Amino acid sequence: MTLSVQHLWLIPALPLLAAAIGALTPSGGRTLAASAAIAAMVAAFVLSCCALVAALADPTANLTYNFTWFDLGTGAVRLGWLLNPLTAFMCVMVTFVGTLIFVFSLGYMHDDENFTRFFCFLSLFAAAMLGIVVSNSLLFLFVSWELVGLASYLLIGFWFQKPEAAAAAKKAFITTRIGDLGLLLGMVWLYHARGTLLFFDGGAGVLEPASLTALMVSTLSCGLAVSTAISLLIFCGAVGKSGQFPLHVWLPDAMEGPTPVSALIHAATMVAAGVFLIARIYPLMEADYHHHNLPIHALTVVAFIGAITALMGALIAVAQNDIKRVLAFSTVSQLGFMMLAIGVGSWVAAIFHLLTHAFFKALLFLGAGSVIHAAHHEQDMRKLGGLSGPMRVTFLTFAVGMMALAGVPFLFSGFWSKEAILHAAHAWDVSHIPLYFGLTAVVLTAFYMTRLVAETFFGKPRSHAAGLAHENPAVMTVPLVILAACAILLSLLAWPTPWLQHQLDPQAHTEPGGLSLMMLSIVLVALGLGAGWALYGRLLRTNASAPDPLAAALPRLHAFLAARMMFDELYAATFGRLSNGLAALADGLDRYVWGGLVNLVARLGQFGGLVNREADEDGLNAGFDAVSRKVRSVGQIYSRAQTGETHGYLRVIALGFVVLVLLVMLGGVR
Amino acid sequence: MTAALILIALLILGSTAVAMSLRNLIHSALLLVLSWMGIAAFYLWAGAEFVAFAQVLVYAGAVSMIVLFAVLLTRRSRADLSIAPASLRRAVAGVLAGGATAGVLTLAVLRTNLQIAPSAAPTVTVQQLGLELIGPQVASVLVVGVILTVALLGAVVLAASDRNDGKEDAP
Amino acid sequence: MNTLQLCLLISSALFCIGLAGALSRTNTILVLLGIELMLNAANLNFIAFWRFNPAPLPATGVIFVIFAIAVAAAEAAVGLALVIAIYRHQQNIRLQDATRLKG
Repeated sequence: MTLSVQHLWLIPALPLLAAAIGALTPSGGRTLAASAAIAAMVAAFVLSCCALVAALADPTANLTYNFTWFDLGTGAVRLGWLLNPLTAFMCVMVTFVGTLIFVFSLGYMHDDENFTRFFCFLSLFAAAMLGIVVSNSLLFLFVSWELVGLASYLLIGFWFQKPEAAAAAKKAFITTRIGDLGLLLGMVWLYHARGTLLFFDGGAGVLEPASLTALMVSTLSCGLAVSTAISLLIFCGAVGKSGQFPLHVWLPDAMEGPTPVSALIHAATMVAAGVFLIARIYPLMEADYHHHNLPIHALTVVAFIGAITALMGALIAVAQNDIKRVLAFSTVSQLGFMMLAIGVGSWVAAIFHLLTHAFFKALLFLGAGSVIHAAHHEQDMRKLGGLSGPMRVTFLTFAVGMMALAGVPFLFSGFWSKEAILHAAHAWDVSHIPLYFGLTAVVLTAFYMTRLVAETFFGKPRSHAAGLAHENPAVMTVPLVILAACAILLSLLAWPTPWLQHQLDPQAHTEPGGLSLMMLSIVLVALGLGAGWALYGRLLRTNASAPDPLAAALPRLHAFLAARMMFDELYAATFGRLSNGLAALADGLDRYVWGGLVNLVARLGQFGGLVNREADEDGLNAGFDAVSRKVRSVGQIYSRAQTGETHGYLRVIALGFVVLVLLVMLGGVR
Repeated sequence: MTAALILIALLILGSTAVAMSLRNLIHSALLLVLSWMGIAAFYLWAGAEFVAFAQVLVYAGAVSMIVLFAVLLTRRSRADLSIAPASLRRAVAGVLAGGATAGVLTLAVLRTNLQIAPSAAPTVTVQQLGLELIGPQVASVLVVGVILTVALLGAVVLAASDRNDGKEDAP
Repeated sequence: MNTLQLCLLISSALFCIGLAGALSRTNTILVLLGIELMLNAANLNFIAFWRFNPAPLPATGVIFVIFAIAVAAAEAAVGLALVIAIYRHQQNIRLQDATRLKG
């Protein structure tokens, strides 16, 4: 059974409907809200599979369905749906991972009093993400994009009683908003240049050759092509949403939300949106690439931002102690990999990594959630330990996720997608620096993931809460098992034949061979795993306060990394102080300059009034007083009609109106 | 065409009538938002897109917010939200007056011989509207601007917490 | 009965609901909202007459409604500020208690 493109809107509409049901359910209706949300996601998953079947029937076609939203004078605002393999794969991934996270939340949020509200927000989040995916118009994409931002704000701040959670929600919202400003400007510019925001519109869309050529040949005074400038502005939005280098600071703080939310943000919905957006508008990003007289190409910027992010995230993750923070920085690092892949010209590899990463990162986060739930909300891995015995299912699935993330060869999907990215970086003819950054990040990834597993699961419990931990109910472990199976089975998408790549982009030429690079990366992974085991696995920590071996060896570097490279402090010292200074300046201007001016005018008026009054009292008043006494006595009689009751007045007006109309009708006054 | 109009009318009148008879003030205000959206739908139906957007922005967006603020600022407890029923006499008098007006208006409308244009709706683009506003109607625009400014200042003065509460009442 | 008359009947009904509400409710906010509805009913008439005018004028009705909406917004702001002033004065917003203008 296939789903035609006209009905593609059903996929985001179903979770939206579930969100509406959740919003209208009183807080007692837990079963209704949760079952509506999960049923909607399952139905959306089925529809997505149908859409996938339809899309794979002809992978090269971009099936679109456009319609006019409203006419505004001479122009019309048009929206539309787009169905191609990219859309379909994303839909299937989001709905599948989303469903499992929803089911996991049943267990994780079981004791929370705002259970129905939680499911309402989760459904809204999923609906907004699916809206981004199916949209054929940058405008609708932007609307959904902002809805994703709103839903993430609501969910990160779900426990808004905690001041850190409220602050983290605000930080996420404001930081991503900075990027969204770029996206909005890029969108407005694109509309100004092309008069439409549809991606594909039978030759007239912005991603089609005619439009791309027009955007590429016109250049700005600074030498940039218009397409480069628009691409970079839109890329700003992706930088904010996907936690890339200058704007990554919100992503680790987003851990303050409930763990299923972290899983959803990091795996399926929020951060994936940025990578998806760049992959969607890839023709535009690439338009300037073969134009050699330009000072800079959009994709080069993307590649370097991605490479910096990948390395930086991996470095910081080495020195974090909170389980969820390690995973958060690993997400930053992996997103850097995806951007790197797009930048070096292989958006297919980026989407492949996005899909595999969604599964194993959701697995890792839900596994971490399972640990945290069992250990009574203890998240510091120095205080955990020894959980491999009591939490066997969680341990085994977590280990699968860890090996997939670290890129352990052949069996795990993460290996294949990471290889695809490294090969693409190797084949890039501009610079090899991103490749070296990526290889370093590979070593570090294997290292910190080994540390995470060793500290959390091996040795003896190092706190009371960890000692009491036991396995969670099936509603939480079954999603873990399914995700772990997927983390392994997804290898089949790329091996033995690169099936996914061919479906996504049939023209993509896959790099043959590259065996030496593959050997190199396997050696690097082994190096990382070995180093992690040597430092953390061989000599197990015995109590929670024992010093970290890495911190003992390199104390200053470790402290710098543990403080997350001081980005928050840097931003507080620069942008924070700048905006405080501006605010103080505005305050001073308002208080003294404008306020002084207003006061001066007021004084002048006061003086005029004084003169006036003197003239009035002596000259004019005497005569008026006599007249007004008469008026007053007449007024007293009339004032009896003034009851002071407003309803009475209004009623009399209404009756008077009725009488008037009757008079006109009966009297025949025309 | 007419069916859509009747649907819109049912939406407007139904939500308004329920809003005006509910006990809970917040619910009334939210239902009125629905009614205002219905009125915007009517404007869309009649082909006046710009007015529909203005209606959504001003009523469903701005006025509803002011109303909600006023509701929240003027309650002291949750019980205050649900207003005690007005006295029965007042309600009956109000409905009677409303009914009388309705009857008279209906009679007037039905007895008048109104000619209508068989053609489609007159189209007016935003550009034309803009030219109209800054051309022939520019004086009105300026007057409305003054009214809005004065209303803003007046609202601020009225709602500002005056320190000399007692003085005003002295004379 | 033609479509114009139907529109006029709808707006009359809206007007009368607003009037009945304004007359029978005691909460000042609801009375103000009733008055807003009556204004809206008038706007419906403008648009209806503009739409079905046998000799159409380009933009009159629309311009009229735009001004009416602007004035209504000003009215709502002042009205609700008045509500707050009344509340501060008498600690409730029952309209029948606000009778200080009694002669």
